[in-house]
Amino acid sequence: MRGAAFILWRLSLTTFLQQLFNALALGGVYALVALGLTLVYGVMRVPNFAHGGLYMLGAYFAYAALSGLGVPYVAALLLAAAGVALLAALLERAVFYPLRNAPHVHSMIAAIGVLFFVEAAVQLIWGPDFKQIAEPVPGIVNLGGVIITWQRVLVIAASVLVVLGLNYFLKRTLTGATIEAMSQNREGARLVGVNVNRVGMLTFAISGGLAAAAAALIAPIISVAPSMGEVMNLKVFAIIILGGMGSVPGAIVGAFLLALAEVFGGFYINLDFADVIGFAMLVLVLAIKPEGLFRRGT
Amino acid sequence: MNRAAFKPGPWGWLVIFALAALLPLLKPGGYVLDIGINIMIWAMLAYGLNVMLGYSGLLSLAHAGFFGIGAYAVGILTLKAHWSFWLALPAGVLISALGGLLLGLVAFRTRGDAFAIFTLGVGVILQLVINKWDALTGGNEGLNGVPPATSLLGIDFSKGANFYYVALAALALTVLVVARTRGSVFGRSLVAIRGGEDLARSAGIDVYTHKLRALMLSTAIAGLAGGVYAAYVGFLGSSVTGPVTTFTVLLYLLVGGVGTLAGPLLGTALMYGLTQSLKGLQDYQYIVFGPLLVLLVMFVPQGLAGLWDRAQARRVAARTERTVDHA
Repeated sequence: MRGAAFILWRLSLTTFLQQLFNALALGGVYALVALGLTLVYGVMRVPNFAHGGLYMLGAYFAYAALSGLGVPYVAALLLAAAGVALLAALLERAVFYPLRNAPHVHSMIAAIGVLFFVEAAVQLIWGPDFKQIAEPVPGIVNLGGVIITWQRVLVIAASVLVVLGLNYFLKRTLTGATIEAMSQNREGARLVGVNVNRVGMLTFAISGGLAAAAAALIAPIISVAPSMGEVMNLKVFAIIILGGMGSVPGAIVGAFLLALAEVFGGFYINLDFADVIGFAMLVLVLAIKPEGLFRRGT
Repeated sequence: MNRAAFKPGPWGWLVIFALAALLPLLKPGGYVLDIGINIMIWAMLAYGLNVMLGYSGLLSLAHAGFFGIGAYAVGILTLKAHWSFWLALPAGVLISALGGLLLGLVAFRTRGDAFAIFTLGVGVILQLVINKWDALTGGNEGLNGVPPATSLLGIDFSKGANFYYVALAALALTVLVVARTRGSVFGRSLVAIRGGEDLARSAGIDVYTHKLRALMLSTAIAGLAGGVYAAYVGFLGSSVTGPVTTFTVLLYLLVGGVGTLAGPLLGTALMYGLTQSLKGLQDYQYIVFGPLLVLLVMFVPQGLAGLWDRAQARRVAARTERTVDHA
């Protein structure tokens, strides 16, 4: 207790709350990207290594819509999400659907090939240097001494909204229920007449849309670069292994756990350490509980 | 796997290596030797990957990291500790194998697909560590001036043509070890594990230990390739130790044929040679390589060596049919 009191004394409560808000914003973005990945894994049983590429593509689509078409931020976000969703659905048709009966290693390698291509193509079109997206609502909000940028408030609000919407879709609509059904029991879903082909395509589209929306949300805070997908890939895979591959609540909890660990680890321990911390967590959890924190299908 | 694999046979391999050994005698330009040495180095890494993917059916994406461990071990030991290359190389191989053991102890607790994801993470972390650990690896600046191979038994191996034989010997050793492993009980057990872990376990195979040993062999080979690379190139940077290198070598392996003995060498020679000869391709190589990976697993997952097998099997089948007709 003395230790905790000491830390609170040294680094005041305001700093702590500020870091907490940063972690929540980051966690929201991680959750959106990880949810898509875990949905695809649940339905298709494919660890989609191209997911980070779709996320990165989303950021570039938003950038292109903003700077090329000159549309407002929200429209750019929606355009990016729709564009990447369409591409992801095409990807499922062209690559993952034909490979559904091949050994798993084949679809993993194909996904790596797609990631290769997306990164190289983006670099060819937009160049290797960083791109900046302006904050749609510049400035800060002061909540009793805790200072947060509007963009972070926007990120937190939007990701909560999207997660709630996704939850409603999965639990309350028939189409959403088919996705849940397929991830719980493929054969059973087919038996009761679920159109397995359509569900696979739909899941990929949702997953791409979520990743692109997340990228468009965080793009004004970070810079947009072709390499941003690789780092995110690693993190969201760590999250879904942590949460249990295919588990939706596991992905959300894992995302916020990772964000909290990164922000507070980076702030209180060492900033260089922040990017590796998720991985250290992953090694620790795997050593103790190899099947992840949540079991699939809960 | 019952079908006859694409096997040049022991004599075939002897002919291949004898022909390769004769190449420097033709006094080719440095460029040809350089391509030859590079092909041998990357082929070794492909053999390492093949032990995992081809024989055990596990996709390990950390191999460039272990290549880096071997390379930096040799680089640091010869440059900073002034070891002889001939001592540093086995040390590098040993360190890589130990690294493989550590990775396996954690990674094999996961099941199935998580292994590939986990090793991808390890690959990225290894590159990050090499890039950030300034005091040991030179960090972003890299490690400059790694001394070339020193002389052994009175032969000076530092020069291009002589170093060619070092690389050739390392490759020959790799092929020999992999071939002997594949034919042994251990190798057969690995193939059984590839077929199905539960089935292999029910046949009395200790799956965990077998996978650990396979990973150690595989990372040791990657370390050997890295050590030879370090002495050859003389400069080490972290960029070569990242997942992009693993993916590129994975492509070589897929082109040649996963799970075959000739595949890694065949694929590397073809793909590396092609990228080097088409200069225009180098800038856009990943635009071409990405879709190529996808097309390969979709339409020719068995690679060139596998295609050969299939043609061979068809010929044998046709011949049997004919005999039956006559009978």
